[in-house]
Amino acid sequence: MTTKLFGEKVPRVEDQRFLRGKGRYVDDVLVGHDLLHAAVLRSPHAHARIVDIDVSGVLDVDGVHVVWTHDDLAGAMADPLPLLIPHPQLTHGRTQYALAKDEVNYVGEAIAFVVADDRYLAEDALGRIRVDYEFLPPVVGVESARAAEHLVHDDVPGNVAARLEQENGDARGAIAAAPHTLSLDLTIERSASTPMEGRGTVARWDPDTGRLTVWTSTQTSTGVRAAVAAKLGLDLAQVDVITPDVGGGFGVKINHPWPEELLVPLAARTLGRPVKFTEDRREHFISSAHERGQVHHVEVGYDDDGRVLGLDVRFWHDNGAYTPYGLIVPIITSTQLLGPYKPGAYRVVFESLYTNTVMVTPYRGAGRPQGCFVMERTMDAIAAALGKDRTEVRAANFIQPDEFPYDHGLVFQDGRELEYDSGDYPGSLEKLKALIGWDEFPVFREEMEREGRRVGIGLACYVEGTGVGPYEGAHVHVETSGKVKVATGLTTQGQGHATAFAQIVADALGVRFDRVEVVTGDTRRMPYAVGTFASRAAVMSGSAVHLAALRAREKVLKIAADALEAAEDDLEIVDGVVSVRGTPDGTASIDLGTVAVLSNPLRYAFDEASKAATQFSVGDPGKPPVAEDDEPGLEGKDFYSPERSTFANGMHAVIVETDAETAEIRILKYAVVHDCGRLINPMIVEGQIHGGVAQGVGGALLERMAYDESGQLVNASFMDFLMPYVTEVPAHIDIDHLETPSPLNPLGVKGAGEAGVIPSAAVFASAIEDAEASYHPGLAITAMPISPSDLFALRQRHEESS
Amino acid sequence: MSEELHEVRLSVNGVVHELRVPARRLLSDALRHDLGLTGTHVGCEHGVCGACTVLVDRRPMRSCLMFAVSAVGSEITTVEGLTEQDGSPEGRLGPVQQAFAECHGLQCGFCTPGFLTTITAGLRDNPDPSEDEAREMVAGNLCRCTGYVNIVKSVLRASEIARERR
Ligand code: FES
Ligand code: FES
Repeated sequence: MTTKLFGEKVPRVEDQRFLRGKGRYVDDVLVGHDLLHAAVLRSPHAHARIVDIDVSGVLDVDGVHVVWTHDDLAGAMADPLPLLIPHPQLTHGRTQYALAKDEVNYVGEAIAFVVADDRYLAEDALGRIRVDYEFLPPVVGVESARAAEHLVHDDVPGNVAARLEQENGDARGAIAAAPHTLSLDLTIERSASTPMEGRGTVARWDPDTGRLTVWTSTQTSTGVRAAVAAKLGLDLAQVDVITPDVGGGFGVKINHPWPEELLVPLAARTLGRPVKFTEDRREHFISSAHERGQVHHVEVGYDDDGRVLGLDVRFWHDNGAYTPYGLIVPIITSTQLLGPYKPGAYRVVFESLYTNTVMVTPYRGAGRPQGCFVMERTMDAIAAALGKDRTEVRAANFIQPDEFPYDHGLVFQDGRELEYDSGDYPGSLEKLKALIGWDEFPVFREEMEREGRRVGIGLACYVEGTGVGPYEGAHVHVETSGKVKVATGLTTQGQGHATAFAQIVADALGVRFDRVEVVTGDTRRMPYAVGTFASRAAVMSGSAVHLAALRAREKVLKIAADALEAAEDDLEIVDGVVSVRGTPDGTASIDLGTVAVLSNPLRYAFDEASKAATQFSVGDPGKPPVAEDDEPGLEGKDFYSPERSTFANGMHAVIVETDAETAEIRILKYAVVHDCGRLINPMIVEGQIHGGVAQGVGGALLERMAYDESGQLVNASFMDFLMPYVTEVPAHIDIDHLETPSPLNPLGVKGAGEAGVIPSAAVFASAIEDAEASYHPGLAITAMPISPSDLFALRQRHEESS
Repeated sequence: MSEELHEVRLSVNGVVHELRVPARRLLSDALRHDLGLTGTHVGCEHGVCGACTVLVDRRPMRSCLMFAVSAVGSEITTVEGLTEQDGSPEGRLGPVQQAFAECHGLQCGFCTPGFLTTITAGLRDNPDPSEDEAREMVAGNLCRCTGYVNIVKSVLRASEIARERR
């Protein structure tokens, strides 16, 4: 038997390319060809009417080919961009135009588009465009959106895009009847995905074939393809979208089409030359998307053991200027907030509000970090009020292992019921306590106190719905060389799909790992796909790849049985050779390449495999060469479509030290217990956790989008927006895995991509509050991120008030 | 009005290239778009992320902060120049590259070229770093994917590999 690769730390195949500088990211495409370069004029104002745009003189700049404003767009291109995910409660959904029409609603909104010989010239040309604005009062932040003194969109009363309410049981009644109650106001600020590579698009129109090829740095190539075809009035069959290597996505690249994803192909077609747009860093800050800005109010009723009897949460979601991605983020907060707990009754109401800021679409975690923060702060507050250990209160509220599948009685983001498939939360908590040293912490704290040092410990638990549908597909093709070519439609942004999926295929088909080559995100190879988001790639495409490989295997066995005159059941495939089990090596065997030749009754012989095939005869001479229920070629194709999401879970704990003078916050120990079902490649999963934790540290302690009251993002650079360097993240992360397989897919896997980032705000708030507890009793951390200055100010306010 | 072009000779990875560029052309753009050496990446164009780091006369430099015309007369090494000749067409991975492969020091790979060049220079100065020194060595480069844990491991492993190969 070939050794199983599933579950092994197989080194990544893509690394060879990347390490040699041979990656192909979108800005590397067509270098050296007769490329033109695009640049975009963006609004410097948060809210204004466009009175006039003067582009005269722009085309006088040598090397400028085109300048477009909204007036130059026609047909579907002149309409607003699509609202990708409508929802009945999104009563006032709004999207921007590819180029602003009459009004701009955030700093960074695209107004004019220039194509020139190079980017330098294109930017020179932008400088010649004159725009007359009539200023409108900007709405910035949840508070001002709620006050609705001014409106972002004239026709959206109260700035409310949507209001959604869900309830399971009578939460308010349960709270009123509960022995104890408390309420909390909790805030999370804006952050963003900020992948190291920004957005980018290249397009080439081929007049000879009437086809458009688009390379774009996206998390959904099939989505972009459909959007481009619709907007440019092309048939889907005329458009190919290729996602090259992507330098990180983290959510922001799932939104589509960006204005440039349409304007670049349009320009390529209009000009008959390939065109490239590569976003610069400032543009990424002000013209892509952000997330996380939410304000929450919690009412909770609980019993003497800390068991939650009723939970009533209201929150306000800042969706920025537009809502292309619908209500996904707040819906996820509202449902995933529950984590591993089962409150007696639950009601949640949210409003999604417009502001004159960059729009909001999912960023790794997608609403879960906010939900986790709310729930875990509530658990901590209950523990504090009852004087109980924080782990005890959590344990009292856990869904128990024998309660799965567990139905929360709510509707999840995919429109399906919120039903957890599996998990072992008490088991996870025990592991976490051991890993971080929860029970030993008081001794450690005393030691530290003797040295005059303040330390605190915190924990946070989450459940993450992963692998949302509707489907993914895969195609497996065995070539006559014996190489196996695999295609799945979703895209890759660093998750090592070329490795993980090859592991699955190698196992299912019985071939050597190095004979398998995986392609993702190329609509020429797999035109039906959804995309890489919501921690769904391993679950969805992993399963699809597995099923497709099994189909190919079936066909291999059928043909080989015929050729070897053996029964299919007696055959095995090892290292790409099919043989009759129990026969000595070399006798009665046939390799996959030869089977591939036999699968295709072609007259022409090209290669060694074809010659080798001549010794075998397959098929019934009395029937047509391709039987009625058969097709030529050694291929397998299949799709995986689950009933519902599969729910991964985990718990993080951290020990921090806060400086008594400077309020500096140091991480002493970080521990993660993680259950994402069966692991395809533990090395890759751990890498995802490391990255998630670092991003979480950024979100909890450093990163915030600093908007001033006029709607200017004042920290739109890496100089000012503090993303963690190595010096800011934990030097070591202790990780322990639990593997409760998902019953929902053939591999038993659950998603792992986003997990690391979900509990960060919650776990740091808990630990920092704990560190301060004996010096500032009652000091509550209710807003994240928290910087040393924030903590310093909190201490001062606390001292003044007590 | 067209821009004035300057003839420059750039020596990159031991190969001399002649090109005509405007004075304002960044070294990063000249390497990537004029010479087709797209292994050098641009993550911020304001000198903070380190993705564009190349070696200029063996010192790490941010190629987004240098003009191509000011690199004349220097020997430039990019990520493409870090592999070692071993007779094979593509060469074998240099010690730092090899260490990244072994330690899963990269995910999307976008920041990686800047780390590889930075560490190559760092290990020349300090061939046997402690863990703290390894962290210090990469403390000026941003990575959004890996959380740096495996990058620090890679630095330490690279130093071992270099020793083994010596
Ligand atoms: S691109 Fe040069 S430092 Fe970021
Ligand atoms: S590996 Fe993606 S930014 Fe470092």
